Amino acid sequence: MTLLAPCLAALCQAAVTASVPAAAETVPTIAFQPVIDAEPVIEPVIEAGAESGSNPQLAVAPMPLDHAPTRRAIAPLDETNALGGGGLRIGKVDMFKGGKLLLTNGISTVEGSSGGGIARWATIGGRQMPGGIGISGHATAVELPDFGWRSYGVAVGFGDRLELSYARANFDTRDVGALLGIGQGYTFNQDIYGAKLRLAGDVVYGTSWLPQIAVGIEHKRNLDGGLVQALGAGDDSGTDYTISATKLLLARSVLVNATLRYTEANQLGLLGFGSAAGEEYKLQFEGSLGYQLSRRAVIGAEYRTKPDNLGLGEDDWMDIFAAYALTDNLTLAAAYVDLGSIATISGQRGGFLSAQIAF
Amino acid sequence: MMITATATAAAMLMLLQQAPAEGTDWDAEFGVEQKQRDPVTGELPVDPYEQSNANAGAAPYDSAKLVADFGGREGIARIAARTVDLSEADPRIADIFAAHDMVRLKRTLGEQFCFLLGAGCDYTGRDMRSAHAEMGVTKADLNALVENLQRAMGEAGVPFSSQYRLLAKLAPMSRDVVVR
Repeated sequence: MTLLAPCLAALCQAAVTASVPAAAETVPTIAFQPVIDAEPVIEPVIEAGAESGSNPQLAVAPMPLDHAPTRRAIAPLDETNALGGGGLRIGKVDMFKGGKLLLTNGISTVEGSSGGGIARWATIGGRQMPGGIGISGHATAVELPDFGWRSYGVAVGFGDRLELSYARANFDTRDVGALLGIGQGYTFNQDIYGAKLRLAGDVVYGTSWLPQIAVGIEHKRNLDGGLVQALGAGDDSGTDYTISATKLLLARSVLVNATLRYTEANQLGLLGFGSAAGEEYKLQFEGSLGYQLSRRAVIGAEYRTKPDNLGLGEDDWMDIFAAYALTDNLTLAAAYVDLGSIATISGQRGGFLSAQIAF
Repeated sequence: MMITATATAAAMLMLLQQAPAEGTDWDAEFGVEQKQRDPVTGELPVDPYEQSNANAGAAPYDSAKLVADFGGREGIARIAARTVDLSEADPRIADIFAAHDMVRLKRTLGEQFCFLLGAGCDYTGRDMRSAHAEMGVTKADLNALVENLQRAMGEAGVPFSSQYRLLAKLAPMSRDVVVR
Protein backbone atom coordinates (compact mmCIF):
# COMPACT_ATOMS: atom_id res chain seq x y z
CA MET A 1 0.00 0.00 0.00
CA THR A 2 2.78 2.39 0.92
CA LEU A 3 4.52 1.56 -2.33
CA LEU A 4 1.43 2.17 -4.43
CA ALA A 5 0.62 5.56 -2.99
CA PRO A 6 3.25 7.68 -4.83
CA CYS A 7 2.52 5.70 -7.96
CA LEU A 8 -1.16 6.55 -7.84
CA ALA A 9 -0.36 10.13 -7.03
CA ALA A 10 1.81 10.32 -10.16
CA LEU A 11 -0.98 8.86 -12.27
CA CYS A 12 -3.41 11.27 -10.80
CA GLN A 13 -1.13 14.18 -11.56
CA ALA A 14 -0.76 12.98 -15.16
CA ALA A 15 -4.52 12.76 -15.49
CA VAL A 16 -4.93 16.28 -14.15
CA THR A 17 -2.35 17.69 -16.55
CA ALA A 18 -3.98 15.94 -19.48
CA SER A 19 -7.47 17.11 -18.60
CA VAL A 20 -6.40 20.74 -18.29
CA PRO A 21 -4.84 21.70 -21.65
CA ALA A 22 -4.76 25.37 -20.62
CA ALA A 23 -1.86 24.52 -18.33
CA ALA A 24 0.36 23.80 -21.34
CA GLU A 25 0.35 27.47 -22.24
CA THR A 26 2.39 28.37 -19.24
CA VAL A 27 5.05 25.74 -19.95
CA PRO A 28 8.18 27.37 -21.52
CA THR A 29 8.50 26.52 -25.21
CA ILE A 30 11.70 25.13 -26.62
CA ALA A 31 12.42 26.05 -30.23
CA PHE A 32 12.90 23.01 -32.40
CA GLN A 33 12.83 22.00 -36.02
CA PRO A 34 10.12 19.41 -36.67
CA VAL A 35 11.41 16.08 -37.91
CA ILE A 36 10.36 15.52 -41.51
CA ASP A 37 8.66 12.18 -41.60
CA ALA A 38 5.23 13.19 -42.73
CA GLU A 39 3.45 15.96 -44.58
CA PRO A 40 5.18 19.24 -43.83
CA VAL A 41 2.99 21.33 -41.56
CA ILE A 42 3.54 24.99 -42.26
CA GLU A 43 2.83 26.85 -39.04
CA PRO A 44 1.42 30.31 -39.44
CA VAL A 45 3.96 32.89 -38.42
CA ILE A 46 2.80 34.61 -35.24
CA GLU A 47 4.06 38.14 -34.63
CA ALA A 48 6.57 38.13 -31.81
CA GLY A 49 5.04 39.36 -28.58
CA ALA A 50 1.56 39.67 -30.02
CA GLU A 51 -1.40 38.77 -27.72
CA SER A 52 0.33 36.07 -25.61
CA GLY A 53 2.70 38.73 -24.29
CA SER A 54 5.24 37.00 -22.06
CA ASN A 55 5.42 33.82 -24.16
CA PRO A 56 6.21 34.72 -27.79
CA GLN A 57 6.09 31.68 -30.07
CA LEU A 58 9.09 31.14 -32.29
CA ALA A 59 8.34 31.05 -36.01
CA VAL A 60 9.83 27.97 -37.63
CA ALA A 61 10.61 28.51 -41.29
CA PRO A 62 9.11 25.73 -43.44
CA MET A 63 11.59 23.44 -45.20
CA PRO A 64 11.75 24.30 -48.91
CA LEU A 65 10.41 20.89 -49.98
CA ASP A 66 9.41 22.18 -53.38
CA HIS A 67 13.09 22.71 -54.17
CA ALA A 68 14.09 20.04 -56.71
CA PRO A 69 17.45 19.00 -55.16
CA THR A 70 15.86 18.74 -51.70
CA ARG A 71 13.00 16.70 -53.06
CA ARG A 72 15.41 14.28 -54.70
CA ALA A 73 17.64 14.09 -51.65
CA ILE A 74 14.82 12.97 -49.36
CA ALA A 75 13.02 10.82 -51.94
CA PRO A 76 12.91 7.13 -51.03
CA LEU A 77 15.16 4.88 -53.10
CA ASP A 78 13.53 2.98 -55.92
CA GLU A 79 14.72 1.48 -59.19
CA THR A 80 14.78 4.82 -60.98
CA ASN A 81 17.16 6.56 -58.57
CA ALA A 82 18.98 3.71 -56.83
CA LEU A 83 21.65 3.70 -59.52
CA GLY A 84 21.95 7.47 -59.63
CA GLY A 85 19.90 8.01 -62.76
CA GLY A 86 20.90 4.98 -64.78
CA GLY A 87 24.14 3.08 -64.90
CA LEU A 88 26.77 2.36 -62.31
CA ARG A 89 29.42 4.66 -60.96
CA ILE A 90 32.77 3.05 -60.30
CA GLY A 91 35.24 5.54 -58.89
CA LYS A 92 34.94 8.55 -61.14
CA VAL A 93 33.75 6.58 -64.16
CA ASP A 94 30.11 6.35 -65.20
CA MET A 95 29.41 2.87 -66.51
CA PHE A 96 26.64 2.45 -69.07
CA LYS A 97 24.95 5.69 -67.99
CA GLY A 98 24.31 6.85 -71.55
CA GLY A 99 23.74 10.50 -72.40
CA LYS A 100 24.43 10.71 -76.13
CA LEU A 101 21.85 12.21 -78.44
CA LEU A 102 19.88 9.56 -80.31
CA LEU A 103 21.61 8.05 -83.37
CA THR A 104 24.89 9.92 -82.71
CA ASN A 105 26.57 6.62 -81.80
CA GLY A 106 25.99 5.44 -85.37
CA ILE A 107 24.92 2.04 -86.66
CA SER A 108 27.35 -0.84 -86.20
CA THR A 109 29.09 -1.84 -89.40
CA VAL A 110 29.43 -5.46 -90.47
CA GLU A 111 33.02 -5.12 -89.23
CA GLY A 112 31.85 -4.21 -85.70
CA SER A 113 32.78 -0.55 -85.62
CA SER A 114 30.45 2.42 -85.19
CA GLY A 115 29.40 3.58 -88.65
CA GLY A 116 26.58 3.44 -91.14
CA GLY A 117 26.19 -0.27 -91.76
CA ILE A 118 28.93 -0.87 -94.30
CA ALA A 119 31.00 2.32 -93.98
CA ARG A 120 33.07 3.17 -90.94
CA TRP A 121 32.37 6.56 -89.31
CA ALA A 122 34.41 8.73 -86.96
CA THR A 123 31.77 8.26 -84.27
CA ILE A 124 32.54 6.28 -81.12
CA GLY A 125 30.29 3.33 -80.27
CA GLY A 126 28.23 3.21 -77.07
CA ARG A 127 26.09 5.95 -75.56
CA GLN A 128 28.64 7.19 -72.98
CA MET A 129 29.66 10.78 -72.48
CA PRO A 130 33.16 12.06 -71.65
CA GLY A 131 34.30 10.32 -68.45
CA GLY A 132 32.03 7.37 -69.04
CA ILE A 133 32.27 3.90 -70.49
CA GLY A 134 29.61 2.56 -72.80
CA ILE A 135 28.98 -0.60 -74.72
CA SER A 136 27.17 -1.58 -77.86
CA GLY A 137 26.36 -4.91 -79.45
CA HIS A 138 25.03 -5.72 -82.88
CA ALA A 139 23.68 -8.54 -84.97
CA THR A 140 23.41 -8.13 -88.74
CA ALA A 141 22.05 -10.37 -91.46
CA VAL A 142 22.63 -9.76 -95.17
CA GLU A 143 20.56 -11.90 -97.49
CA LEU A 144 21.84 -12.09 -101.06
CA PRO A 145 20.57 -14.14 -104.03
CA ASP A 146 23.38 -16.68 -103.66
CA PHE A 147 24.94 -16.01 -100.28
CA GLY A 148 24.00 -15.48 -96.67
CA TRP A 149 26.10 -13.27 -94.49
CA ARG A 150 25.89 -12.91 -90.70
CA SER A 151 27.85 -10.59 -88.49
CA TYR A 152 27.68 -10.01 -84.78
CA GLY A 153 29.94 -8.18 -82.41
CA VAL A 154 30.51 -5.84 -79.56
CA ALA A 155 32.12 -2.43 -79.17
CA VAL A 156 33.23 -0.69 -75.99
CA GLY A 157 33.49 3.09 -75.98
CA PHE A 158 35.69 5.06 -73.60
CA GLY A 159 34.38 8.60 -73.29
CA ASP A 160 34.16 10.27 -76.69
CA ARG A 161 37.74 9.24 -77.34
CA LEU A 162 38.37 5.52 -77.90
CA GLU A 163 36.43 2.60 -79.29
CA LEU A 164 37.51 -1.03 -79.11
CA SER A 165 35.50 -3.55 -81.07
CA TYR A 166 35.26 -7.19 -81.94
CA ALA A 167 33.10 -8.77 -84.62
CA ARG A 168 32.66 -12.18 -86.11
CA ALA A 169 31.57 -12.50 -89.73
CA ASN A 170 30.21 -15.73 -91.23
CA PHE A 171 29.75 -15.93 -94.99
CA ASP A 172 27.66 -18.86 -96.15
CA THR A 173 28.29 -19.88 -99.79
CA ARG A 174 25.18 -22.13 -99.95
CA ASP A 175 24.77 -23.71 -103.42
CA VAL A 176 27.70 -21.73 -104.82
CA GLY A 177 29.96 -23.71 -102.51
CA ALA A 178 29.23 -26.86 -104.46
CA LEU A 179 29.59 -24.99 -107.75
CA LEU A 180 33.04 -23.71 -106.74
CA GLY A 181 34.01 -27.16 -105.54
CA ILE A 182 34.54 -26.16 -101.90
CA GLY A 183 31.46 -27.95 -100.64
CA GLN A 184 27.73 -27.22 -100.39
CA GLY A 185 27.12 -24.52 -97.76
CA TYR A 186 30.79 -23.91 -97.09
CA THR A 187 31.07 -20.97 -94.71
CA PHE A 188 33.96 -18.53 -94.58
CA ASN A 189 34.59 -17.12 -91.10
CA GLN A 190 36.55 -14.15 -89.93
CA ASP A 191 37.38 -12.40 -86.64
CA ILE A 192 37.77 -8.62 -86.72
CA TYR A 193 39.45 -6.67 -83.93
CA GLY A 194 39.05 -2.91 -84.23
CA ALA A 195 40.28 0.21 -82.50
CA LYS A 196 39.34 3.80 -83.25
CA LEU A 197 40.65 7.00 -81.71
CA ARG A 198 38.90 10.37 -82.03
CA LEU A 199 41.50 13.02 -82.80
CA ALA A 200 39.44 16.21 -83.06
CA GLY A 201 36.05 17.75 -83.54
CA ASP A 202 32.55 16.74 -82.57
CA VAL A 203 29.88 15.24 -84.79
CA VAL A 204 27.23 17.65 -83.40
CA TYR A 205 28.84 20.49 -81.43
CA GLY A 206 31.71 22.90 -81.84
CA THR A 207 32.92 24.72 -84.93
CA SER A 208 30.36 24.01 -87.64
CA TRP A 209 32.90 23.27 -90.38
CA LEU A 210 35.09 20.99 -88.24
CA PRO A 211 33.93 17.36 -88.43
CA GLN A 212 34.65 14.67 -85.89
CA ILE A 213 37.91 13.10 -87.06
CA ALA A 214 39.12 9.67 -86.02
CA VAL A 215 41.86 7.27 -87.01
CA GLY A 216 41.68 3.54 -86.53
CA ILE A 217 42.72 0.04 -87.39
CA GLU A 218 40.87 -3.18 -88.08
CA HIS A 219 42.89 -6.33 -87.65
CA LYS A 220 41.24 -9.24 -89.42
CA ARG A 221 41.96 -12.93 -89.02
CA ASN A 222 40.45 -15.22 -91.58
CA LEU A 223 39.69 -18.66 -90.13
CA ASP A 224 39.88 -20.42 -93.50
CA GLY A 225 43.55 -19.74 -94.24
CA GLY A 226 44.27 -22.79 -96.35
CA LEU A 227 41.29 -22.27 -98.61
CA VAL A 228 41.72 -18.52 -99.19
CA GLN A 229 45.36 -19.08 -100.05
CA ALA A 230 44.30 -21.81 -102.47
CA LEU A 231 41.95 -19.18 -104.00
CA GLY A 232 44.98 -17.00 -104.65
CA ALA A 233 45.13 -14.76 -101.56
CA GLY A 234 48.56 -13.84 -100.26
CA ASP A 235 47.72 -14.06 -96.58
CA ASP A 236 45.04 -15.18 -94.13
CA SER A 237 45.27 -12.11 -91.89
CA GLY A 238 45.70 -8.41 -92.44
CA THR A 239 45.18 -4.99 -90.95
CA ASP A 240 43.21 -2.08 -92.38
CA TYR A 241 44.14 1.49 -91.49
CA THR A 242 41.38 4.11 -91.56
CA ILE A 243 40.86 7.83 -91.16
CA SER A 244 37.29 9.11 -90.97
CA ALA A 245 35.54 12.46 -90.81
CA THR A 246 31.88 12.70 -89.84
CA LYS A 247 29.63 15.72 -89.28
CA LEU A 248 25.95 16.30 -88.74
CA LEU A 249 25.14 19.45 -90.70
CA LEU A 250 22.26 20.62 -88.51
CA ALA A 251 21.20 23.46 -90.80
CA ARG A 252 20.46 20.86 -93.50
CA SER A 253 19.56 17.86 -91.28
CA VAL A 254 22.27 16.04 -93.23
CA LEU A 255 24.97 13.72 -91.95
CA VAL A 256 28.11 13.48 -94.06
CA ASN A 257 30.87 10.93 -93.66
CA ALA A 258 34.05 10.25 -95.57
CA THR A 259 36.54 7.54 -94.73
CA LEU A 260 39.83 6.58 -96.32
CA ARG A 261 40.84 2.96 -95.80
CA TYR A 262 44.30 1.60 -96.58
CA THR A 263 43.67 -2.10 -97.05
CA GLU A 264 44.68 -5.31 -98.78
CA ALA A 265 41.51 -7.23 -97.85
CA ASN A 266 39.55 -9.21 -100.44
CA GLN A 267 35.79 -8.98 -99.77
CA LEU A 268 36.60 -7.38 -96.37
CA GLY A 269 39.03 -10.25 -95.74
CA LEU A 270 36.55 -13.11 -96.10
CA LEU A 271 38.58 -14.13 -99.17
CA GLY A 272 41.92 -13.37 -97.56
CA PHE A 273 44.41 -10.54 -98.02
CA GLY A 274 46.42 -9.41 -101.00
CA SER A 275 47.25 -11.94 -103.66
CA ALA A 276 49.89 -14.55 -104.29
CA ALA A 277 50.64 -12.58 -107.45
CA GLY A 278 51.88 -9.71 -105.31
CA GLU A 279 48.85 -7.38 -105.05
CA GLU A 280 49.13 -5.38 -101.82
CA TYR A 281 47.71 -2.41 -99.90
CA LYS A 282 45.53 0.08 -101.77
CA LEU A 283 43.71 3.20 -100.68
CA GLN A 284 39.91 2.88 -100.71
CA PHE A 285 37.05 5.29 -100.02
CA GLU A 286 33.87 4.97 -97.99
CA GLY A 287 31.22 7.69 -98.15
CA SER A 288 27.88 8.09 -96.39
CA LEU A 289 25.10 10.64 -96.71
CA GLY A 290 22.19 10.61 -94.28
CA TYR A 291 19.09 12.75 -93.97
CA GLN A 292 17.53 12.88 -90.52
CA LEU A 293 13.72 12.80 -90.61
CA SER A 294 13.14 12.98 -86.89
CA ARG A 295 15.01 12.55 -83.64
CA ARG A 296 14.67 8.80 -84.14
CA ALA A 297 14.70 8.25 -87.89
CA VAL A 298 17.35 8.67 -90.56
CA ILE A 299 17.57 7.57 -94.18
CA GLY A 300 20.63 7.60 -96.38
CA ALA A 301 22.98 5.98 -98.80
CA GLU A 302 26.54 4.67 -98.70
CA TYR A 303 29.24 3.84 -101.19
CA ARG A 304 32.37 1.80 -100.51
CA THR A 305 35.14 1.14 -103.02
CA LYS A 306 37.03 -2.16 -102.93
CA PRO A 307 40.16 -3.49 -104.58
CA ASP A 308 40.16 -6.50 -106.91
CA ASN A 309 43.37 -8.21 -105.81
CA LEU A 310 42.26 -11.72 -106.80
CA GLY A 311 41.04 -10.78 -110.29
CA LEU A 312 37.59 -12.22 -109.52
CA GLY A 313 35.80 -9.02 -110.57
CA GLU A 314 35.26 -7.74 -107.01
CA ASP A 315 32.90 -4.74 -107.16
CA ASP A 316 32.35 -1.59 -105.15
CA TRP A 317 29.50 -1.75 -102.64
CA MET A 318 26.57 0.56 -102.15
CA ASP A 319 23.45 0.66 -100.01
CA ILE A 320 20.35 2.69 -99.32
CA PHE A 321 19.47 2.53 -95.64
CA ALA A 322 16.87 3.54 -93.10
CA ALA A 323 17.52 3.45 -89.37
CA TYR A 324 15.16 3.95 -86.47
CA ALA A 325 15.95 4.37 -82.78
CA LEU A 326 13.12 2.31 -81.31
CA THR A 327 14.22 3.24 -77.78
CA ASP A 328 17.22 5.09 -76.36
CA ASN A 329 19.07 1.77 -76.39
CA LEU A 330 17.77 -0.14 -79.40
CA THR A 331 18.35 0.94 -82.99
CA LEU A 332 17.13 -1.03 -85.98
CA ALA A 333 18.50 -0.57 -89.49
CA ALA A 334 17.31 -1.93 -92.80
CA ALA A 335 18.99 -1.46 -96.15
CA TYR A 336 18.93 -2.43 -99.77
CA VAL A 337 22.47 -3.45 -100.64
CA ASP A 338 24.21 -3.93 -103.97
CA LEU A 339 27.40 -5.90 -103.38
CA GLY A 340 28.00 -6.51 -107.09
CA SER A 341 30.01 -9.60 -107.88
CA ILE A 342 31.23 -11.91 -105.10
CA ALA A 343 33.50 -14.87 -105.94
CA THR A 344 32.66 -14.49 -109.65
CA ILE A 345 28.88 -14.68 -108.97
CA SER A 346 27.51 -11.30 -110.04
CA GLY A 347 24.27 -9.49 -109.24
CA GLN A 348 24.45 -9.84 -105.45
CA ARG A 349 21.73 -7.37 -104.51
CA GLY A 350 19.66 -8.00 -101.44
CA GLY A 351 18.48 -7.01 -98.00
CA PHE A 352 20.36 -5.95 -94.92
CA LEU A 353 18.83 -6.07 -91.44
CA SER A 354 20.62 -5.00 -88.29
CA ALA A 355 19.81 -4.56 -84.63
CA GLN A 356 22.02 -2.61 -82.26
CA ILE A 357 21.76 -2.38 -78.51
CA ALA A 358 23.79 0.34 -76.82
CA PHE A 359 24.28 1.66 -73.30
CA MET B 1 40.33 30.25 -4.52
CA MET B 2 40.49 27.89 -7.46
CA ILE B 3 36.75 27.30 -7.22
CA THR B 4 35.99 31.03 -7.22
CA ALA B 5 38.10 31.59 -10.33
CA THR B 6 36.38 28.73 -12.15
CA ALA B 7 32.97 30.00 -11.13
CA THR B 8 33.81 33.52 -12.34
CA ALA B 9 35.04 32.19 -15.67
CA ALA B 10 31.92 30.09 -16.06
CA ALA B 11 29.74 33.09 -15.26
CA MET B 12 31.59 35.19 -17.83
CA LEU B 13 31.13 32.42 -20.39
CA MET B 14 27.41 32.21 -19.61
CA LEU B 15 27.15 35.95 -20.05
CA LEU B 16 28.92 35.83 -23.41
CA GLN B 17 26.78 32.94 -24.58
CA GLN B 18 23.53 34.59 -23.70
CA ALA B 19 20.92 34.11 -26.42
CA PRO B 20 20.79 37.11 -28.76
CA ALA B 21 17.81 39.38 -28.60
CA GLU B 22 14.67 38.27 -30.38
CA GLY B 23 14.14 39.77 -33.79
CA THR B 24 17.84 40.08 -34.61
CA ASP B 25 18.28 40.96 -38.28
CA TRP B 26 20.64 38.12 -39.18
CA ASP B 27 20.90 39.19 -42.81
CA ALA B 28 22.23 42.54 -41.62
CA GLU B 29 24.54 40.86 -39.04
CA PHE B 30 26.15 38.73 -41.75
CA GLY B 31 25.95 41.31 -44.53
CA VAL B 32 23.51 39.31 -46.68
CA GLU B 33 22.11 41.40 -49.47
CA GLN B 34 18.44 40.78 -50.03
CA LYS B 35 17.65 41.10 -53.71
CA GLN B 36 14.15 42.29 -54.47
CA ARG B 37 12.33 41.11 -57.56
CA ASP B 38 11.28 43.86 -59.89
CA PRO B 39 7.55 44.45 -59.23
CA VAL B 40 6.84 44.77 -62.97
CA THR B 41 9.02 42.11 -64.62
CA GLY B 42 9.43 39.81 -61.62
CA GLU B 43 13.17 39.55 -62.31
CA LEU B 44 16.04 39.83 -59.87
CA PRO B 45 18.49 42.67 -60.52
CA VAL B 46 21.78 41.79 -62.26
CA ASP B 47 25.17 43.46 -62.41
CA PRO B 48 25.41 45.91 -65.31
CA TYR B 49 26.87 44.69 -68.62
CA GLU B 50 27.04 45.95 -72.17
CA GLN B 51 23.96 44.95 -74.14
CA SER B 52 24.37 43.99 -77.77
CA ASN B 53 22.83 41.59 -80.27
CA ALA B 54 26.36 40.26 -80.74
CA ASN B 55 25.90 38.63 -77.31
CA ALA B 56 23.41 36.25 -78.93
CA GLY B 57 26.41 34.39 -80.32
CA ALA B 58 25.45 34.02 -84.00
CA ALA B 59 24.04 35.91 -86.97
CA PRO B 60 20.26 35.65 -87.44
CA TYR B 61 18.43 33.81 -90.20
CA ASP B 62 16.36 35.77 -92.68
CA SER B 63 13.43 33.48 -93.43
CA ALA B 64 9.77 34.29 -92.89
CA LYS B 65 8.92 30.61 -93.27
CA LEU B 66 11.25 29.64 -90.44
CA VAL B 67 9.64 32.24 -88.15
CA ALA B 68 6.20 30.94 -89.11
CA ASP B 69 7.31 27.36 -88.38
CA PHE B 70 8.05 28.46 -84.80
CA GLY B 71 4.71 30.24 -84.44
CA GLY B 72 6.09 33.77 -84.62
CA ARG B 73 7.44 35.71 -81.65
CA GLU B 74 4.79 34.38 -79.29
CA GLY B 75 5.44 30.79 -80.29
CA ILE B 76 9.18 31.28 -79.84
CA ALA B 77 8.68 32.77 -76.35
CA ARG B 78 6.45 29.84 -75.39
CA ILE B 79 9.02 27.30 -76.64
CA ALA B 80 11.80 29.04 -74.65
CA ALA B 81 9.69 29.10 -71.48
CA ARG B 82 8.71 25.46 -71.94
CA THR B 83 12.36 24.48 -72.43
CA VAL B 84 13.26 26.20 -69.15
CA ASP B 85 10.35 24.54 -67.32
CA LEU B 86 11.31 21.10 -68.65
CA SER B 87 14.96 21.62 -67.71
CA GLU B 88 14.09 22.86 -64.23
CA ALA B 89 12.17 19.61 -63.68
CA ASP B 90 14.84 17.43 -65.35
CA PRO B 91 16.83 15.61 -62.65
CA ARG B 92 19.87 15.49 -64.97
CA ILE B 93 20.29 19.27 -65.04
CA ALA B 94 17.85 20.76 -62.50
CA ASP B 95 20.68 21.62 -60.11
CA ILE B 96 22.27 23.96 -62.65
CA PHE B 97 19.01 25.88 -63.00
CA ALA B 98 18.09 25.86 -59.30
CA ALA B 99 20.36 28.76 -58.37
CA HIS B 100 19.35 31.03 -61.22
CA ASP B 101 16.56 33.47 -62.03
CA MET B 102 14.14 31.49 -64.18
CA VAL B 103 12.00 34.53 -64.93
CA ARG B 104 14.95 36.31 -66.48
CA LEU B 105 16.21 33.15 -68.22
CA LYS B 106 12.86 32.56 -69.91
CA ARG B 107 12.90 36.12 -71.23
CA THR B 108 16.53 36.20 -72.39
CA LEU B 109 16.41 32.69 -73.91
CA GLY B 110 13.23 33.67 -75.76
CA GLU B 111 14.94 36.85 -77.00
CA GLN B 112 17.97 34.87 -78.15
CA PHE B 113 15.88 32.33 -80.08
CA CYS B 114 13.75 35.16 -81.52
CA PHE B 115 16.86 37.07 -82.62
CA LEU B 116 18.62 34.01 -84.11
CA LEU B 117 15.50 32.93 -86.00
CA GLY B 118 15.19 36.40 -87.49
CA ALA B 119 11.86 37.18 -85.86
CA GLY B 120 12.99 40.73 -85.15
CA CYS B 121 13.81 40.78 -81.44
CA ASP B 122 16.83 42.36 -79.82
CA TYR B 123 18.84 40.16 -77.48
CA THR B 124 19.43 41.92 -74.17
CA GLY B 125 21.12 39.10 -72.27
CA ARG B 126 24.77 38.51 -71.62
CA ASP B 127 27.12 36.67 -74.01
CA MET B 128 27.28 32.89 -73.78
CA ARG B 129 30.68 32.71 -72.12
CA SER B 130 29.84 35.03 -69.21
CA ALA B 131 26.26 33.78 -68.91
CA HIS B 132 27.55 30.22 -68.32
CA ALA B 133 30.66 31.13 -66.33
CA GLU B 134 31.36 28.90 -63.31
CA MET B 135 28.37 26.66 -64.02
CA GLY B 136 30.61 23.72 -64.90
CA VAL B 137 28.39 22.69 -67.79
CA THR B 138 29.29 19.34 -69.40
CA LYS B 139 28.43 18.00 -72.84
CA ALA B 140 26.00 15.60 -71.16
CA ASP B 141 24.20 18.61 -69.63
CA LEU B 142 24.06 20.22 -73.04
CA ASN B 143 22.58 17.05 -74.55
CA ALA B 144 19.90 17.04 -71.85
CA LEU B 145 19.06 20.68 -72.63
CA VAL B 146 18.94 19.91 -76.37
CA GLU B 147 16.52 17.05 -75.70
CA ASN B 148 14.29 19.36 -73.65
CA LEU B 149 14.39 22.01 -76.37
CA GLN B 150 13.58 19.35 -78.99
CA ARG B 151 10.63 18.21 -76.87
CA ALA B 152 9.38 21.79 -76.48
CA MET B 153 9.70 22.39 -80.23
CA GLY B 154 8.03 19.05 -80.97
CA GLU B 155 5.10 19.90 -78.70
CA ALA B 156 4.76 23.22 -80.51
CA GLY B 157 4.62 21.39 -83.85
CA VAL B 158 7.84 22.84 -85.28
CA PRO B 159 8.95 20.75 -88.31
CA PHE B 160 12.06 18.70 -87.60
CA SER B 161 14.24 20.38 -90.23
CA SER B 162 13.36 23.80 -88.74
CA GLN B 163 14.17 22.50 -85.25
CA TYR B 164 17.62 21.55 -86.53
CA ARG B 165 18.07 24.98 -88.11
CA LEU B 166 17.77 26.59 -84.67
CA LEU B 167 20.08 23.95 -83.19
CA ALA B 168 22.55 24.70 -85.99
CA LYS B 169 22.89 28.23 -84.57
CA LEU B 170 23.19 27.01 -80.99
CA ALA B 171 25.49 23.99 -81.39
CA PRO B 172 28.70 25.93 -82.14
CA MET B 173 28.14 27.91 -78.91
CA SER B 174 29.14 24.76 -77.02
CA ARG B 175 32.68 26.12 -77.24
CA ASP B 176 31.70 28.92 -74.84
CA VAL B 177 29.36 26.86 -72.68
CA VAL B 178 30.99 23.47 -72.09
CA VAL B 179 33.92 23.72 -69.72
CA ARG B 180 34.70 20.12 -68.86
